[in-house]
Amino acid sequence: MDYKEIMAPYQDLPGGIIEAFHAIQKEQSYLTEDAIIAAAELFEIPVKDAYGVATFYSYFSVNSRGRNVIRICESAPCHIAGANEVIAALEKELGIKMGESTPDGKFALEFAECVGQCQATPVITINGKPYGDVNAEKIPAILAEYE
Amino acid sequence: MANVIIDGIQVSVPDGSTILKAAQVAGVHIPTLCYHPDQAVKANCRICVCEVEGQRLLQAACSQPVWDGMEIKTHSPRVLEARKTILELILAHHPQDCLNCIRNQNCELQDLANEYAIRDNPFEQMVRGLPQDRSTPSIVRDPDKCILCRRCIEACSVFQSVDALGLENRGCQAMVVPSLGKDLLDSPCVMCGQCIHACPVGAIAENEQIDEFLAAVNDPDKIVVTQIAPAVRAAIGEEVGLKTGAMDMNVFVAGLRQVGFDYVLHTNFTADLTILEEGNELLQRLKEGGKLPMFTSCSPGWINFCETYYPDLLDNLSTCKSPQQMFGALVKTYWAEKMGVDPSKIYSVSIMPCTAKKFEASRPEMNDSGYRDVDLVLTTREVGRLFRMAGIDFSRLAPSNFDSWMGAYTGAAVIFGATGGVMEAALRTVYEVVTGKTLEDVNFTFARGMEGIKEAEIDLDGTVVKVAIGHGLANARKLMEQVRAGESPYHFIEIMACPGGCIGGGGQPITKSNAKRAERIQAIYEEDAGLPLRKSHDNPEVKAIYADFLTEPLGDKSHELLHTHYTPKNKKFL
Amino acid sequence: MAEEMRVVLRNYGKIDPLKIEDYINAGGYQALEKARSMSQTDVIEEVRKSGLRGRGGAGFNAGQKWNFAFQAQADQKYVICNADEGEPGTYKDRTIMQGDPHSVLEGMAICGYAIGASKGYIYCRGEYPYVVDLLNQAIDQAREKGVLGDFDIEVRMGAGAYVCGEETALIESIEGHRGEPRFKPPYPPVSGLWGKPTIVNNVETLASVPVILEKGGDWYAGLGAASYPGTKVLTLTGDVVNKTVIEVPTNTTICEVIYDFGGGIAGGKAFKAVQIGGTSGAFIPESLLDTQIDFDSMSAAGASLGSGAVLVMDETRDIVDVVCRIAKFFEHESCGKCAPCREGTMRLHKLMNKLNAGEGSAADIALLNKLGRVMSVACLCGLGQAAPSPVLTTIKHFQPDYNAKLQ
Repeated sequence: MDYKEIMAPYQDLPGGIIEAFHAIQKEQSYLTEDAIIAAAELFEIPVKDAYGVATFYSYFSVNSRGRNVIRICESAPCHIAGANEVIAALEKELGIKMGESTPDGKFALEFAECVGQCQATPVITINGKPYGDVNAEKIPAILAEYE
Repeated sequence: MANVIIDGIQVSVPDGSTILKAAQVAGVHIPTLCYHPDQAVKANCRICVCEVEGQRLLQAACSQPVWDGMEIKTHSPRVLEARKTILELILAHHPQDCLNCIRNQNCELQDLANEYAIRDNPFEQMVRGLPQDRSTPSIVRDPDKCILCRRCIEACSVFQSVDALGLENRGCQAMVVPSLGKDLLDSPCVMCGQCIHACPVGAIAENEQIDEFLAAVNDPDKIVVTQIAPAVRAAIGEEVGLKTGAMDMNVFVAGLRQVGFDYVLHTNFTADLTILEEGNELLQRLKEGGKLPMFTSCSPGWINFCETYYPDLLDNLSTCKSPQQMFGALVKTYWAEKMGVDPSKIYSVSIMPCTAKKFEASRPEMNDSGYRDVDLVLTTREVGRLFRMAGIDFSRLAPSNFDSWMGAYTGAAVIFGATGGVMEAALRTVYEVVTGKTLEDVNFTFARGMEGIKEAEIDLDGTVVKVAIGHGLANARKLMEQVRAGESPYHFIEIMACPGGCIGGGGQPITKSNAKRAERIQAIYEEDAGLPLRKSHDNPEVKAIYADFLTEPLGDKSHELLHTHYTPKNKKFL
Repeated sequence: MAEEMRVVLRNYGKIDPLKIEDYINAGGYQALEKARSMSQTDVIEEVRKSGLRGRGGAGFNAGQKWNFAFQAQADQKYVICNADEGEPGTYKDRTIMQGDPHSVLEGMAICGYAIGASKGYIYCRGEYPYVVDLLNQAIDQAREKGVLGDFDIEVRMGAGAYVCGEETALIESIEGHRGEPRFKPPYPPVSGLWGKPTIVNNVETLASVPVILEKGGDWYAGLGAASYPGTKVLTLTGDVVNKTVIEVPTNTTICEVIYDFGGGIAGGKAFKAVQIGGTSGAFIPESLLDTQIDFDSMSAAGASLGSGAVLVMDETRDIVDVVCRIAKFFEHESCGKCAPCREGTMRLHKLMNKLNAGEGSAADIALLNKLGRVMSVACLCGLGQAAPSPVLTTIKHFQPDYNAKLQ
């Protein structure tokens, strides 16, 4: 993967490394060492700083993970609306625990804090797309969108 | 000016002064932890918080500017509760094995815990359980002890522009790590050890090798020989309760005999020898159109930096080994021959102000004597521990002389320990070699002092040589960028990796401020001024080694034993 | 019965957010035109006079803030719209941006004119990629129409860090760094983005600005509570009948919000507690429900209006469990820069966990109180200062819930 090509549109944005990391993760869902090194070169900052940014933000991962990132909100409004049942249902459906990825590399399961869709708690997002009023019954259909 | 009242004491301070500065004027002590006098204000430990009249929030004294009429309480009950609680929080997440810690009794956190009478910590003791990093021969990182003050990061990035250390993760998962979360050895670390001075606790320290030394002393088959680097004497007193510079050289020698060294020799001898070799190398390059500017090569942190960041400029480096490695190569050849001892029995220990020297001694190419040229490197701090362990009372110790053949030195060698010293020493010799005249005033004062980059034009009887001196690798980087761009006006550049030169080296007694470095520099120049011989080429033992062994500077034997080559580090990332 | 008053949400649901013509037909961009016919100081004075105070949580007078940036001498100044809405239970900024993006752009352009900035940034949280797309479309339309003049706006997306809602952390993030707050002073209006004078205002604050310019500061100052005039957009979540977004005058009481607008407690259960202002807000018991929602009334009650999130909990809710979950949030979202927050948020969570598991003691509650007290005055930024609030207020108002779980 040519990381520099992916990041090139952001090269001239001052401080654009975060946008550039988003662009990479759109392609491969996490940041490899080579991607971080390439970003450091492109934005002319030390690698240690690029790495510091990559590990600061929840949406960036420096570890490999599934292509489709499922995030389950567990902030207070979703918590009292039953986020724990959603977590249990997703773990069961995918056969993995929170923080893990499916062996076929299709899904990653992560905790998230509030995603701002609190009119329809509990909420999950997949690759940023929100799904509201989620319950165990709805999960197979939602996941099927990503089959 | 702003008039402020601190704990009832009225003081007038310049506008924009922080509470901390104002308190210093008022003679009021405010505790600090992340604050460092030579670094940017961080305000992240919150130990220095004070109460400001009319404010709900406590304010960090290190960052909060005063205003006219401000009333400050530095130890009200609210303040003391906050400080104690913050200390409890930090301590509860810090392995409290002070007795086993290399910084025991020399630790800012320990001092604060004592100052604030932390007894029954209400927070449950936790340790992160992160592995130690022993990847380099020079530096040991113990992340469990890290209190995240970030002073090491600034020392590494701002003073040194090495950028080896950064942050990883956030919140209570945050940690200071080498680049990409790798080991130090895989990072751009040059092992200068400036991070050690910056660290308030024992999270970064030298790779302590006292036990290896004691084992060698205990081995009847080993002849334990030492060399002492020029910067060590200026600072070793600080380790044994003396003032900076107060340790007499010959009393120091006597002390080393007490801890078990069989022979005590001096790196100053090879410092003088370096001047002969390096001075002639410079003249040869000037005459024969060699690569210019020529860079000095005494400082192993600097060599690592050049190999890492400026591999394209390695040909500019003098091929001279550092005085430590010249010594190592000679002690098992020339000296062994003179003394009639079996070189295989010699255990060569150097006492250095430097952590990078441990790495330098371990370089695979450093075996030109047919053996490991230097077997062990002890830092000034480690020798201080040996002295304390031996219970030596230096006030009652009879002075002792250096042993023969590699123990004589001049003032020119002494000043190798300070920034500008190698340049000044070289000029003392080069001037006389080129002009054939006697140098009346040997003091090249432009070369002295803490200014980051110093430069001069030296007239050698019509031949003008432009020279520059940089100390601290951030200054080196500025000079190197000029060279890389083809815009360097200089013929000769002296670089020392550490701020202040070797007196501020990573192996020296822990120093928090540049003020201490300046004191040590003064001690160096006082020693130089008091010596009868002050030019390297006047050193009688140097004359002897050329007469008996090396024949001439840059001769075959010199090339075999005293010169080296450099290799690009080819780091994957910087 | 109290009624909604739609000032910020004036066009919500009435116009197509993706049609700039709709916004213009509704009177949009006239306030900007009007502002540009006024002197910069007059614009600032009009906003100051309106009494508009920041809707992000800190409640600073917007006009005064603008004046600091106006007074600062610099070759470049910036306007930043804080759209990093991260307070759990809050989605009002999303509602505003999705319903009426141009009101935000217009507010930014007015601010830019007033302080002398030609460049604006919208820092939108990474959780709203679809809002970023929408904003970019709106900006393109505004550029095409030329309504923004020489004022340019760029959208930057966050990447999942609650702390970036703090203005200096947000600035660090736009600069491409770790989103760690800076110590203040200097404040952003003097030294902000890339060291230049910078105004950081919340989405709701900026969306209020065009109306103020259009109808006058005096008109706005007459709405709601005198010391915190205007309206507030609130999002109702938890055990209310209507989980919805509303905009009400600031002299509305909490009781009216829950019962008149929220339709009361769902399932016919009894009220137990309400947390207002987001996850760092205080827990409010029944005895304080007659408090007005304005900034100062809430402060006097030991609470805060914050972002305007209203999380209602019925009698069956386990307060200690909810606060434990909130403590986990802060442990996860602390940036780790300052010691009391980095270590303190972790300890708050640990201690709450212990209590929630029925393994805690009275000494643990006392320790939480001490820790919370210290964090609230000693932490570097608002995150650490506010993090103990749910713990402290529940220990105060819901002591029996804690006692019931003691060992």
